[in-house]
Amino acid sequence: MAREITLGQYYPVNSILHRLDPRVKFVGTIVYIAALFLVNGVLGYAFAVAALAALIVLSKVPAKFILKSVRGILFILIVTMFFNLLLTPGDILWQFGILRITRQGVVTALRMGLRLACLVTGSSIMTLTTTPNQLTDAMENLFTPLKLLHVPVHEISMMMSIALRFIPILMEETDKIQKAQIARGADFESGNLLKRVRGMIPLLVPLFVSAFRRANDLALAMEARCYHGGSGRTQMKPLRYQRRDLIAFLVMAVFLGICICFRIFGGGWI
Amino acid sequence: MGIIQALGLGFEYQKYREDSETPETVRALNGVDLDVEPGEFIAILGHNGSGKSTLAKHINALLVPTKGTMWVDGIDTKSEDDLWRVRQKAGMVFQNPDNQIIGTIVEEDVGFGPENLGLPTEKIWERVNDALVKVGMEKHRDKSPNRLSGGQKQRVAIAGVVAMHPDCIVLDEPTAMLDPNGRQEVLKVVRELNEKEHVTVILITHYMEEVVHADRVFVMDRGEVVMTGTPREIFSQVEKLKSYRLDVPQVTELAYELRCAGVSLPEGILTVDELVAALA
Amino acid sequence: METKQPILELKNVSFTYGTGTAYAVSALEQVDLKIGEGEFIGIIGHTGSGKSTLIQQLNGLMQPTEGQVLYRGQDIREKGFDLRHLRTRVGLVFQYPENQLFETDVLTDVMFGPKNQGLAPDEARERAAKALLQVGMPEELFTTSPFELSGGQKRRVAIAGVLAMDPEVLILDEPTAGLDPHGRDEVLGLIRDLRDERGITIILVSHSMEDVADYADRLLVVDGGKIVFDGTPREVFAHYRELEQIGLAAPQVTYIMHALKEKGLLVDTSCTTVEEAKESILQALAKRSSL
Repeated sequence: MAREITLGQYYPVNSILHRLDPRVKFVGTIVYIAALFLVNGVLGYAFAVAALAALIVLSKVPAKFILKSVRGILFILIVTMFFNLLLTPGDILWQFGILRITRQGVVTALRMGLRLACLVTGSSIMTLTTTPNQLTDAMENLFTPLKLLHVPVHEISMMMSIALRFIPILMEETDKIQKAQIARGADFESGNLLKRVRGMIPLLVPLFVSAFRRANDLALAMEARCYHGGSGRTQMKPLRYQRRDLIAFLVMAVFLGICICFRIFGGGWI
Repeated sequence: MGIIQALGLGFEYQKYREDSETPETVRALNGVDLDVEPGEFIAILGHNGSGKSTLAKHINALLVPTKGTMWVDGIDTKSEDDLWRVRQKAGMVFQNPDNQIIGTIVEEDVGFGPENLGLPTEKIWERVNDALVKVGMEKHRDKSPNRLSGGQKQRVAIAGVVAMHPDCIVLDEPTAMLDPNGRQEVLKVVRELNEKEHVTVILITHYMEEVVHADRVFVMDRGEVVMTGTPREIFSQVEKLKSYRLDVPQVTELAYELRCAGVSLPEGILTVDELVAALA
Repeated sequence: METKQPILELKNVSFTYGTGTAYAVSALEQVDLKIGEGEFIGIIGHTGSGKSTLIQQLNGLMQPTEGQVLYRGQDIREKGFDLRHLRTRVGLVFQYPENQLFETDVLTDVMFGPKNQGLAPDEARERAAKALLQVGMPEELFTTSPFELSGGQKRRVAIAGVLAMDPEVLILDEPTAGLDPHGRDEVLGLIRDLRDERGITIILVSHSMEDVADYADRLLVVDGGKIVFDGTPREVFAHYRELEQIGLAAPQVTYIMHALKEKGLLVDTSCTTVEEAKESILQALAKRSSL
């Protein structure tokens, strides 16, 4: 189970995307997400998908690995599409009792599904090509102005990076505890909702205990290595924009421009 | 003056139990004296709860004594202004390798300490490269720690301490969660650091085989240092060790049993070769 | 072994992780194994050798991708086979079992297994109390929170949690990991008692050659998903050179005995424990001096 989740897992290869400044990738991801909501029409979406495909190729991460991230949200994807399919009013294509599918429903469902899939894939490309530390560095850097409002930017980014480090460990731990309890006759599968929730206690209590112990150990280890917050701290990998980053920003601007054009001129297609 | 020195070290803490209102006072350390010379390899033995981990945390100023004084390179660990200097001088490696690696990439984790020291970027890279070579992990520098074996993770943790250029490294049961191969990897690295880099090592363990190469051994029981001496001196007292709930290596035990049965053998045999030479 | 039906039998069992994907990894390859009543089996192998996959086949937590696992002659993958029942018959104590404790007090925690078996609360309590006493937990600790116990005590409570299901076979994955020498001896002594007094078949996975040599009657050496040696400790450790090649070693005693023999002392090189070695060396020395 735990092995299947790829979101947030860095994939170490040397590609142009890996070498880009994480701030570029962070901004780029936001631009891409915005673009997904901007574009319109078959051509527009085709363009967004093509851009995504180009990014996948550039990242040198195996496409299979990237697409697996979509599998992680398959359930949400299906539910979203299902409700959009059934609940959108419009020209009826098919009806059975209270269930009816409209032409608009089909279109919205497809659009939502595609958007969601592209959104997840796009963000995975970012996390696959950027180490979590670079990513949090980028966020810390981009959000520095918030320090003026007394937002603990450094602390938040440190917490995020630690969370990312421990997610896989806790996943594995969950797996182990679950097995150990099954070996004691626990049943995590049958029964009604209430019974199932209660059945989770033998899993959740040990998991929390372990998470707290780990947090405590980690805090000690960080202190032992002279961690004392962000002040006076230097960086091993400081962020400096290179020429390629400026080019990337340029490409992004062009991309966004094209998407806006699609918004304005491509609306009539679908 | 030694690199690590303790005089009458005591540590007490309050423990609250669920069922009682009044806290219980637990005395974890009781009048510990230490004097460790630079470059020594010290092993600390003791069963669980003997106070050895508490002692280790004092060397790194994670705990400060409630009685007596602990000096690291002449600095009193109670002095708040010198806290970060103490921690830089005396690095610490913990038992569970997973819970002490902060970075999501090996090299970034090794850089964590130097970053905290406020070193310039080039210096950090120098130190990280150097530390990774010293523990033999330079090939894995781009990997996620989750993809490493236990022994490799622990070597990364050691590199993270080495990169801070400490005078002394305290290792608190660094091999307890490792398999035999991982244990050997870690010990080899620790011995090399001691021999080649002259780093003072304080190794806390309850694997007796790991103690054999130490310069001096301290045995702890109930918060006190109850035995000190060379490994040979310590392991010649099999009965006494057993009374402190400790063991001896199998060779030593066999030699001891043979001596008891009347075979004339020297005391405190530590290795297979010694025993064979003495018998044949 | 005579012809009596084994409790557990693996027939040509293979197991592959992620079958059908690009990440397929073979963890077990065509393993044949019979486990008879009352045996004390030690399993050794380095990390990643397939030994944890092997033990999980034995109680149905993992099922073979090929081959059969038989419990008392019955294929565990047959329709209508009760896997939950199997898990109570073949108890599995994982590494660091104290990580699964979750109840508010020791006794209730140990009752978790029996309650899952469908026993009435009274009966479950009785079983739990019996198991706790057997692992040496004094009655006054029954009502304490398991989280307030020492490491060694937690470990014993966790073992009691599996024992309370009254299994015929008890599998323990490195039950002494992280314990101090005294704790190790206590846990191993307890396991031996379970076999000797309750006749429970024991399967002990360990990294310590000294421990398996001292306690087990039969050793399985696992490497590369296969059982490469199967025999008494003496038989297996006679292959100490081959064991080294797969990253394992024999107990120190084995090395001492071989070295002594090379020096011309007529000792029995198949000794695996300190006790045996002592006897053999004393005999050899007596013979030498009488010459």
